[in-house]
Amino acid sequence: MNILEFVEQIKRSLAIVKKDLSIYYMKGPVVIFGLLLPAFLFIAFALGKELTMEFLFSGLLAMALFFTSTSIGPAIAPTETSTKTFERIVSAPISLWAIIFGDILASFLFGLFIISFVLLLGVALLGMGIITLSLVLGTILAAFCFSAFGLVLSAPPTDKPSNIMMLSTLIKFPLIFISGVFIPLNQMSDGSRLISFISPLTYYTDIARYSVEGISYFSPVLNLLILSGFTTLFFAVAIIWHKKSLTKRF
Amino acid sequence: MGTKKNKIIRVKSLVKKFNSFTAVDNISFEVEKGEIFGLLGPNGAGKTTTIRMITGIFNPTKGSIYVNEYNMEKESLKAKQLMGIVPEMANAYVDLSAYKNMVLIGELYGIEKQKIQERTENLLKLFGLLERKNDKVKTFSKGMKQRLIIAMGLINDPKLLFLDEPTSGLDVESVRLIRGLIRKFNDEGTTVILTTHNIEEADNLCDKVAIMNYGKIVAIDRPARLKHIIESTSSIEVAFEKKVDMEKLKFKEVGPIKKIGDKIRLYTENPEEIIPLLFKYSQSSKNKILSINTLGPNLEDIFVKLTYGEKK
Repeated sequence: MNILEFVEQIKRSLAIVKKDLSIYYMKGPVVIFGLLLPAFLFIAFALGKELTMEFLFSGLLAMALFFTSTSIGPAIAPTETSTKTFERIVSAPISLWAIIFGDILASFLFGLFIISFVLLLGVALLGMGIITLSLVLGTILAAFCFSAFGLVLSAPPTDKPSNIMMLSTLIKFPLIFISGVFIPLNQMSDGSRLISFISPLTYYTDIARYSVEGISYFSPVLNLLILSGFTTLFFAVAIIWHKKSLTKRF
Repeated sequence: MGTKKNKIIRVKSLVKKFNSFTAVDNISFEVEKGEIFGLLGPNGAGKTTTIRMITGIFNPTKGSIYVNEYNMEKESLKAKQLMGIVPEMANAYVDLSAYKNMVLIGELYGIEKQKIQERTENLLKLFGLLERKNDKVKTFSKGMKQRLIIAMGLINDPKLLFLDEPTSGLDVESVRLIRGLIRKFNDEGTTVILTTHNIEEADNLCDKVAIMNYGKIVAIDRPARLKHIIESTSSIEVAFEKKVDMEKLKFKEVGPIKKIGDKIRLYTENPEEIIPLLFKYSQSSKNKILSINTLGPNLEDIFVKLTYGEKK
């Protein structure tokens, strides 16, 4: 594929983004699993505890970005498998990677859109100082990484969105508890901390802590590099797994 | 015999296996430019799987496919650019308007914005949907949805149009409209690949027909020539006053027996020998014959004859 063909495929990905934006943003599973559930989880965690505003906000930021960016991706493939619209898209002259990239981009934009409101809340409560370069870069990178992770979760070839949403919740929930959102990395036991390193959310939480509280476990640059690695891995795995499951979707 | 250049599709030794199940079993055929080519067969014959491989939705287990000389294994995007595809189920996005569905497909084919708008307007008008262009597809009837997905398949002005069961389950008016439009686009030079289990449709529309059963092509030719193959095969259509146990009509020299509405059709090469046996059965079972006719072969007869008894 030459550069012109590559650019053409990216353009076609944007058509996928437009379609996803029009259809999936207000779908039930997206609202429930992407907005309401994490909001209630956070409230349950925060209420009645003596925690600093900085600690609470950095945790909220990480959790909100993780849940919103991973909420649309898992809904698309099973829904479109059941409505047979996936077949329509796959039969068009667009590569599978470009379809997946489009779906990731749609999920990414949803994550960024929601997180911008959370950031505005943070600025109102804690001042402009929380908006650092590493937070901006980290948020963009993490939103893409989590969106790609969402597409990995949607690879099993089912036509029931609820199956994927359940699987997705089953995997996402434990990650919230091992990623330093509720307990900072430096307060974890060695074993728990070791487990936390397998979660991409750990590195974005660490970036958020650095920007909001001024403390972090890893350096921001290392966090960004590791997030880049996870992004590449999830994007590649999403393509490979969706390719494998394609035949079973029809 | 056409030259390679005249062949828009060349399929050779195509096999598709799903685990141990062979859905398409070593088929080969060619389609000439400008033809209406029918893939005919019962449900589960392998027609849709064949179309899905030709349209690049999934890869064959074995064999090769060339579309306009593009190898589907290596140049599927270029080949897909020439195709218009109308899958079996109405699969427009029901939460989008008819107009937005058309634009989406146009953009997936990389068509310029201005051209998408022009073609969308023209096609929606042609398919009688222009007035409803801004309505969500979920408010459309089945016939309207089907017309829309055919219009979507034509947005790129395809050289090759695939229609998978395009009139299945539609009202007479929609069927007539769709068949008329298939002929119109074919007259304008579009090659049409039609998948159907409707024999009458294939007989009326197709220049050439491949009959599939259990993943194999059991016959391929022009409908008129297929009829000649079994010119000797006739059938008897009989209606009885009361219900009949069809097992009791399996006389010697009777092939397949089908129930068609109130009538029973018996395929046989010797109707003159079977008719007395039917009257004898009528008398002995005290079940009056209401009507009896002998029929000449049609495409359905060929289909029944070629696929009857071929079970794995």
